[in-house]
Amino acid sequence: MGEFKVHRVRFFDYMPSGIRALAFNRGTERLAVARDQGSVELFNFPDNYCQEKVIPGRDGRSVEALCWVGSRLFSVGLDGLITEYDLDNLRPKYTVEAYGGPVWSISCNLEGNLLAVGCEDGTVKIFEVLDDRIQFQRNLDRQKGRIISVSWHPSGTKIAAGMMDMIRIFDAETGHAIHRLLVERGVGTAKNREVVVWSLAYLSDNTIISADSAGKVQIWDGLTGTLIRSHYITKWDVLALSVAHDESSLIAGTSEGTVVQFQFLSSGEQQDKEWIRTRTFKNHTHDVRALVLTDIAVVSGGMDTQLVVRPLLDKVEKNTAESALRKIVFPFKSLVSCAKKAGLLLFQFPDHLEVWRLGESEGYGKPGECLLIKRKPEKLIHLKRKGEDHICSSALSPCGSWLAYSTTSSVRLYRLQHSGNNISISKVSKLPKFLCSAHQLCFSPDSTKLFASSTQSSVIVISLGQSECKYVHTLATKSGSRQPVHLLAPSEDGKWLATANTDCEVHVYNLNKLKLHCTVPVYGSCPTAIAIHPMTSNLVIVHADKQVFEFSLGQKEYTEWSRKLQKQGLHPHWLERDTPISHIFFNPKNSNHIIMHDVYMLCVIDQSLPFPDPKTRLYNQMSLRGLPEAERVRHSHAFKICKSFQDVLSVISLEDQSLVIVERPLLDIMSQLPAPVLQKKFAT
Amino acid sequence: MVEHGEIRVVHRGGSKINFRQPVFTHDSRFLLCASANAVKVFSASTEECVHHLVGHTDLVTGLILRPSNHLQVFSCSLDGTVRLWDYDDGILIKTFVVGFPIYSIYASGSHDGVLFLTIPAKNDKRSDAFQLVAVQLPQSSEQLVEAREISAVLPDVSANPGAISFGRAGQYIASVCGLHLEVFFFKKQKSFRFSLKEENNKGIKNTFTCAACHPKEDCIATGHEDGKIRLWRNFSHKKEYTHSALHWHHDAVGALSFTPEGTNLLSGGVESVLVLWRYNQETQKDFLPRLGAAIAHIAVSPDGSLFCTAHSDNKITVIHSYVRVSAVIQGLVRGDRIWTDLVVDPRSKALVMNGKPGHLQFYSLQRDKLLYNLDIVQQEYIHESGLDQFEVVKVDFDAGGNWLATVEERKQNSAELELNLKLWAFDEQTQSFVLNTTVPAPHEDRISDLSFSPDRTTLLVSASRDGHFKAWALAPPTDAEDQSPSWCCDFVASYHGLAPHCCGFSADGSLLAVGFQEVVTVWSTASWELLTTLSQPPGHVRNLCFGRLSCSKYLLGTTTKNQLCCWNLLSCSLEWSTSMDVTLLLADPLSENMAAFCFEAGSTDLFVFKPSEPRPLFSHKAVCSGRVLRAVFSPREELLEGCEEDVQWLNSSRLFFFTPSMDLMTFSTKAEEDRLMASSKQLVIGDQVSMTPFNLLLGKRGQTEGQEVAAGSERVQPPQGSSAVKELLQTPAHVLPSTSYLCSMFVQSLLISTSDKREQNNVTEEEMESEKEEDDSEDEETQSSAVKPDVASGGGRTGDPTRPHGLTKAQTKELRRVRKLDYSWLRDLD
Repeated sequence: MGEFKVHRVRFFDYMPSGIRALAFNRGTERLAVARDQGSVELFNFPDNYCQEKVIPGRDGRSVEALCWVGSRLFSVGLDGLITEYDLDNLRPKYTVEAYGGPVWSISCNLEGNLLAVGCEDGTVKIFEVLDDRIQFQRNLDRQKGRIISVSWHPSGTKIAAGMMDMIRIFDAETGHAIHRLLVERGVGTAKNREVVVWSLAYLSDNTIISADSAGKVQIWDGLTGTLIRSHYITKWDVLALSVAHDESSLIAGTSEGTVVQFQFLSSGEQQDKEWIRTRTFKNHTHDVRALVLTDIAVVSGGMDTQLVVRPLLDKVEKNTAESALRKIVFPFKSLVSCAKKAGLLLFQFPDHLEVWRLGESEGYGKPGECLLIKRKPEKLIHLKRKGEDHICSSALSPCGSWLAYSTTSSVRLYRLQHSGNNISISKVSKLPKFLCSAHQLCFSPDSTKLFASSTQSSVIVISLGQSECKYVHTLATKSGSRQPVHLLAPSEDGKWLATANTDCEVHVYNLNKLKLHCTVPVYGSCPTAIAIHPMTSNLVIVHADKQVFEFSLGQKEYTEWSRKLQKQGLHPHWLERDTPISHIFFNPKNSNHIIMHDVYMLCVIDQSLPFPDPKTRLYNQMSLRGLPEAERVRHSHAFKICKSFQDVLSVISLEDQSLVIVERPLLDIMSQLPAPVLQKKFAT
Repeated sequence: MVEHGEIRVVHRGGSKINFRQPVFTHDSRFLLCASANAVKVFSASTEECVHHLVGHTDLVTGLILRPSNHLQVFSCSLDGTVRLWDYDDGILIKTFVVGFPIYSIYASGSHDGVLFLTIPAKNDKRSDAFQLVAVQLPQSSEQLVEAREISAVLPDVSANPGAISFGRAGQYIASVCGLHLEVFFFKKQKSFRFSLKEENNKGIKNTFTCAACHPKEDCIATGHEDGKIRLWRNFSHKKEYTHSALHWHHDAVGALSFTPEGTNLLSGGVESVLVLWRYNQETQKDFLPRLGAAIAHIAVSPDGSLFCTAHSDNKITVIHSYVRVSAVIQGLVRGDRIWTDLVVDPRSKALVMNGKPGHLQFYSLQRDKLLYNLDIVQQEYIHESGLDQFEVVKVDFDAGGNWLATVEERKQNSAELELNLKLWAFDEQTQSFVLNTTVPAPHEDRISDLSFSPDRTTLLVSASRDGHFKAWALAPPTDAEDQSPSWCCDFVASYHGLAPHCCGFSADGSLLAVGFQEVVTVWSTASWELLTTLSQPPGHVRNLCFGRLSCSKYLLGTTTKNQLCCWNLLSCSLEWSTSMDVTLLLADPLSENMAAFCFEAGSTDLFVFKPSEPRPLFSHKAVCSGRVLRAVFSPREELLEGCEEDVQWLNSSRLFFFTPSMDLMTFSTKAEEDRLMASSKQLVIGDQVSMTPFNLLLGKRGQTEGQEVAAGSERVQPPQGSSAVKELLQTPAHVLPSTSYLCSMFVQSLLISTSDKREQNNVTEEEMESEKEEDDSEDEETQSSAVKPDVASGGGRTGDPTRPHGLTKAQTKELRRVRKLDYSWLRDLD
């Protein structure tokens, strides 16, 4: 393992946004996550819970509820709009005004042709889903008080709506209210404080489950409109409900951060089944705002910004990748870019960019020692974005003189000029017309070209000059994929550009000829990191399922090492890691070393050493240290893992043989969250 | 060596009643509990012990009502037998010999004739491995039956009887052990095993402690080490089982029980709080706090009206279903150890020792009943382990029982010892002890011995490790306002800076002996001058005892170097000495006998001797294993008349001692046991459960009224008539003679007895006369049919109520013959 001087960067004040809504599509097994700042993320559950797409938010847009209709995704928000998303181009497709004030909830019937939305003014509005848009159909009887939650009966004939202090059941055909279920106000609270029915579920056996702000989960008979059972599960609010597809189980999320499971069980031999409270999961510190109960797991998200996937141990095999608890905190997309030559760092926030100069230290020390800092890191530029759309991608050129960012509506390019300690920034005014939006931006290593991923998996190449910026070419594939390119990797010598899109395709372009050089055989898992080796011109790809491939660009085939690795198989501990590899780079001193990292570790893969035995431990650094020199050689293997850095956002190697490691400790994020609800702790 | 075949070491009073879960009888009137080798039947309302079911020869380890007959109870014991009792009459019905030590017993109504027993696992080397087996009870009318038909049900179960429970309608049995829950389904003959992880990352102890099955639904409640209660459902699937957790207890759950209808779940633990959870509405719960000690077992009566909790301080609390304590049955309180010596209260003759934390208990050994607890420390006890709290360590009474001296101490660490000497005066009005004087820090170090002067002068001596002994005396009130006298220090002495370990007064109170390490000093209590010193090195003096009555000139001492010495105080010389490791030396207050408990080869021997001669009157090898550290002579209420030499010492007093395992044992002669057996039988016959004074008054009146009613009804319907009716009705119709024949006979039989009753006086006289004629009537039996019409007419006449005294001698004789007749023909028909 090589030795590096490490810049341990902890001044990136990245703050993830709280989760507001979740929606799970059973057909495609995609989870849509809406955050407080209006962004929507898509997770691919079968592919190791990989974060596929991010639709950036926009000022003033809020998402209160999400709904899948087939593979179309709709959202409603307190801005009173219903939005459908363009999942290929990662932007809202269109918005429809509901004309009912803020919209609190949206629900789709089983057939997928009608949407019901609950509005502030007390109406439930029915929209018809057409092929390319939605159209208002009619209003159900208007009620006094806002409609907080809406749920269709699976037959599509009835709609339950949760309001303040009551639940209404509507006949979907006539639009008239059939039943009025009064929800009891909380005990011990002020009598005039209304109870809010936060969430509803209408089951096929005409049972209605409600979750309310008095801490109750109530089970109602929807035919007679009577209360069957009331479960008092928290002193605070019950905010979310989710019912399993087979209606045998349901979960409720509370303000205490707990998720309570109920199961539909028969207690005796010939007795009726009833809903019985069973397990309690506590994986959150703050409000659980949104919940999804998939077939195998409880997925929960809330104010503490983490998405937690808690497998139900009775549904999955023990000790597999599925049975592990996953907490997804950081976005998969890199928010940090670095000018390797100039020693500048660019941090991306939704509404601004920051450019920092790295500090300098004196001399050399022993491994593990902290060096004395000669010059402190300093913030050079704080650049606010223009417009209302949030920044989705940004890049800093290796020489440090170019800066680019993009939103869903525009791309902006800036030139930075250093003169001693002063730095000036000027906007490049004329940009090619083609460059209206980019999902991913990247500068070539010699800082002469800008690559921007565009629609239909194409990449636009722009040459940067002192006087003007010229459009060079659009690199397009013939595969016809509509998915955006999410990874761009130019080679050090400027000859190659590798791209990866969410259809799992990896293309390599020859930049000299501006033509597609080759396509890597498609592997079933989404690539999370790609890089081209500067010496051997081998492309290294790591997928979401942690598989590592090495592809020779010269021979256009997998290298010998890669085949050997695939033949022997990777170590099970490696495959069980729950965060994806986010970046790959190479040790400039030793061409055999491939360095990659995820959130919790840094790994050096030495291609000259044998692969680890699946029966031994993968992390053997500590035990190796205790062995004599001769033994050590025999026991060492290709995977060398360093865990001294935690909560790593980014690792970048600089020109001067040093590493920049950007950490964002979870404790810092937690400390910035608002205080959780008061809970009595025993013996305090 | 003296022959001692007649004297046995027995349990007599003060045995554990909290060892196993008590059992309510079906009508909730009685509570059965295992108590050492016997089963005690308590009345649930009056707390009185009604019966002793004696018969087992070892510890009784389980009780269960016979499912097919609620008036019978099975008990199991370590002696390898299961016995069936009629608890109402206190009769042993049957004994089943199983042949293995039995640790617990279970039965279910749906498994008739089968008992489930926990016995040690046979082919397992570990001594703590147990298995659950089913034993088929043989159908036999004999008293003693061998039950050898054993089949294994579950291997690897816990010996704790609360860890196994029968499920709904006996369909399955659930057993918890370690980190596993195992459910065995009888129908499928299949068991499912559910495991919990040993410790999750928060370091929570998941170990199961107890289990209870819901009586109506498929739900198992399990208690855990960390105080959680888990409710398991859907456990007929290997994988899709589910459980929810209830968490109120902060420490291990000790016991769990469902009410018979399954509407409530009861739980208890170290917190001494009974928690009542509403089934399916677990957020609503009721508490019954301040039950005094950790809850070890919970039982519910079959009708659900009463609960009962057994506590670690040997107490059973009977609780109404509306969570109110209705009765407390208190046994001898035993902590994990006893600090005080055993003392007998001279007034009540009760045994006094440590009771509840910070209390002294007065326990009547004669009646086997706790009289009362005296709060010495007068501070609230906090139920938490590892907390250092005040404990009573020394106690003594003066000769008349008017004064009680106690020493309490708390050592937060050895440097900060807290000591209090308290003196209590007996108050005649309240009949209890009232605090008179508190001396905080009477000594600088721990008090090693405390002794009252045996004569009537009030003098108390305390010896301490700080090298001093102090004499305390009652001083007249210094203040004019203060009426009552109080205690103050009268004299302080030390001897060459040595630490005194024991002290003792001579029988007349004129001499005080104090043992300073190797030296025994003898002081005059009148002048407080050192009279003499006695020494027999090596070894520190451990015990000092003056002889009594005829032997009062002797002083006995034991040393740590295995010496028992006897000094003659007149000559100030060693009379005799012998080498034995005496752990405890006791003088009988009513005779000159002394008892020495000697530790030898892992067990304790008892020697009883007179100080005047170094020859034991009685010796008993190996009374128990380990060292006996606490014993007491308790005076008898009535003297025994044992005349043999080795029994004589038990005539006036009884010797009680505590074994290291905290069992109270005593010595009993054969004659005494026989007498006790006889009296207990007598008790069984003439016993009424609810014999309160009030009931005696009312009950008598009710009884007499009932008798009057019965007398009235007798006139209307005589008993003979009813038996005739019975005969008539029970005989099959096809063997009956013709109705006319029967009718006359039946009517006549009725009427005769009426007149018979009225003229009883006459008849008895006449019977004397007619005895010689009996033979004739025998002969006439064969001619019954010929006599019949005559009889019928006679019956008609005597039946007339207007003619009470119209019968001649001949007629009466005739009638008596007829009475014989109507039985004889029936017998012939059979």
